[in-house]
Amino acid sequence: MAEQATAMVETHDLRRTFKSRTGAVEAVRGVDLRVEAGEIFGFLGPNGAGKTTTLRMLATLISPTAGEARVAGHDLLREPGKVREQIGYVAQGGGTDPAMTGRGELVIQGRLFGMSRTVAEKRAVEVLDSLELTDAADRTTGTYSGGMRRRLDIGIGMIHRPRLLFLDEPTTGLDPQARANLWDEIRKLRETGTTVFLTTHYLEEADALCDRLAIIDHGKIVARGTSDELKSQVAGDVVTLGVGGANDAALSVVSSQPFVREASVEGDLIRLYVDNGDSAVPQLLRLLDGAGLVTQTISLNRPSLDDVFLRQTGRSLRDTAA
Amino acid sequence: MKLARDTWLIFERSMWLTLHNPVWVVFGLMMPFLYLVLFGPLLESITRTPGFPAGGNAYNVFVPGLLIQIALFGGSFVGFGLIAELRSGVVERMQVTPVSRLAMLLGRSLRDVVILLAQAIFLVVIAIPFGLHIDLPAVIVALGLLALVGLVMAPFSYALALFSKNEDAFAPMVNAIAMPLLLLSGILLPMQLAPEWLRTIAAFDPFSHGVDAIRALFNGSFGDPSVGGGVVITAVLAVLSLYAASRAFGRSVA
Repeated sequence: MAEQATAMVETHDLRRTFKSRTGAVEAVRGVDLRVEAGEIFGFLGPNGAGKTTTLRMLATLISPTAGEARVAGHDLLREPGKVREQIGYVAQGGGTDPAMTGRGELVIQGRLFGMSRTVAEKRAVEVLDSLELTDAADRTTGTYSGGMRRRLDIGIGMIHRPRLLFLDEPTTGLDPQARANLWDEIRKLRETGTTVFLTTHYLEEADALCDRLAIIDHGKIVARGTSDELKSQVAGDVVTLGVGGANDAALSVVSSQPFVREASVEGDLIRLYVDNGDSAVPQLLRLLDGAGLVTQTISLNRPSLDDVFLRQTGRSLRDTAA
Repeated sequence: MKLARDTWLIFERSMWLTLHNPVWVVFGLMMPFLYLVLFGPLLESITRTPGFPAGGNAYNVFVPGLLIQIALFGGSFVGFGLIAELRSGVVERMQVTPVSRLAMLLGRSLRDVVILLAQAIFLVVIAIPFGLHIDLPAVIVALGLLALVGLVMAPFSYALALFSKNEDAFAPMVNAIAMPLLLLSGILLPMQLAPEWLRTIAAFDPFSHGVDAIRALFNGSFGDPSVGGGVVITAVLAVLSLYAASRAFGRSVA
């Protein structure tokens, strides 16, 4: 198919401003994105960064204030109806009626996409089975656990086999087991050729699940690439030192070393970005010892996506995430 | 064709949800019944008051009023259900499907009209032993007109719900609009009993024409000029209401 060669989502300078009583709020301030067919693309950022607003624009729910986008091969502004036929969208809060059964929601959703009742019922059985919801199919969704409801939401989003599925914070509020379970479901979608575009504020989720990422903060993309690419932007490895309060003395000893790229004090600890962590740790210990400083703790870590976020925004995502 | 199919799907789903919540169904039938039993007997003595329409049978005056009341109040509160659906995300979920926006409104409104007609038929039937005289063809036309009143109120209520988005804002707005419309329409007592100034104001209440028309029909006077007028005015209102509400559905929930 010719469309396979082109991007599933492509945006150019997408913007959205909300008017409030206190003035205009620029929620999304010029987003350029490209999501390739068949990948799991992650939008990582703290709450209020503009992730959901961007997703809602791409899913035809709100119109952009400015900018252009092509979604699933159609122009978002000129052909929103065509876009809707090709996509699935799962909102952060889901979209099921507590008085409706899981099966009922799946069947009506299929029929809204033009399936006959028979076809929709067959497809609902498949989806229920793949999401392990068969036993709960005829119970009302109000009786479901959080993880079950989330699986059903995703089932509703994929009932019509969309080429592109938007998932807004798919695992927020789930316990670790339900989260891992849902990650498997999302990977299964990729295997069937569905492109997945999800938002998250969980570092582990972005790291474990997404083929490529964009990090967004204050309505702007601050970094993009694969998880490994992003981490390699952070110079080398991360060494965290505790020297019992003698931070300034320790900082002056280590920061002049050629293998130390960056050094900063964070609370009681010193954080260093070093070229080669494995050889840096013994060298650091020798240097501090030689200067008469007592190293109380030392740890070596590969850079995480949080280090990427920290470097780009000066804040830690762990602090900003709710 | 697609519109008809989509409307049917939304209607089917809405109706299923309504019928699976028997509290509302029972409550909806209790209200008119209580009015009939607890308020109706008061009217029997009023029919002898000077100024009461000639040939006055209390129930032939009162039951048409009750029918409009069910349509006005039942219809204006349907927005509560939509607010719940906005909150649960169901509306947003369906807005990202190819379903027609007009069908999202029509399907729900038609469910409301069917419920309204069921309540109306129930009320008319139980009023017969109380002393209501009916002329079947006229009552059928009256029910048709009542359905039109429902098609004015339900979309109007949905538009208001989409505009206000929460019950706290919606409830007072609905009451502020429905209450004067109800009082001025001459539902409880015929406006012929009203002083001149009140009757003048009431003439501007579009529903007063509907009430007059339905009363005339219940008295078997097909030819009464109020019948044609009531139908035309109510139909125009229904079209306006549907148009405004379908635009509200078309705009996003943002």
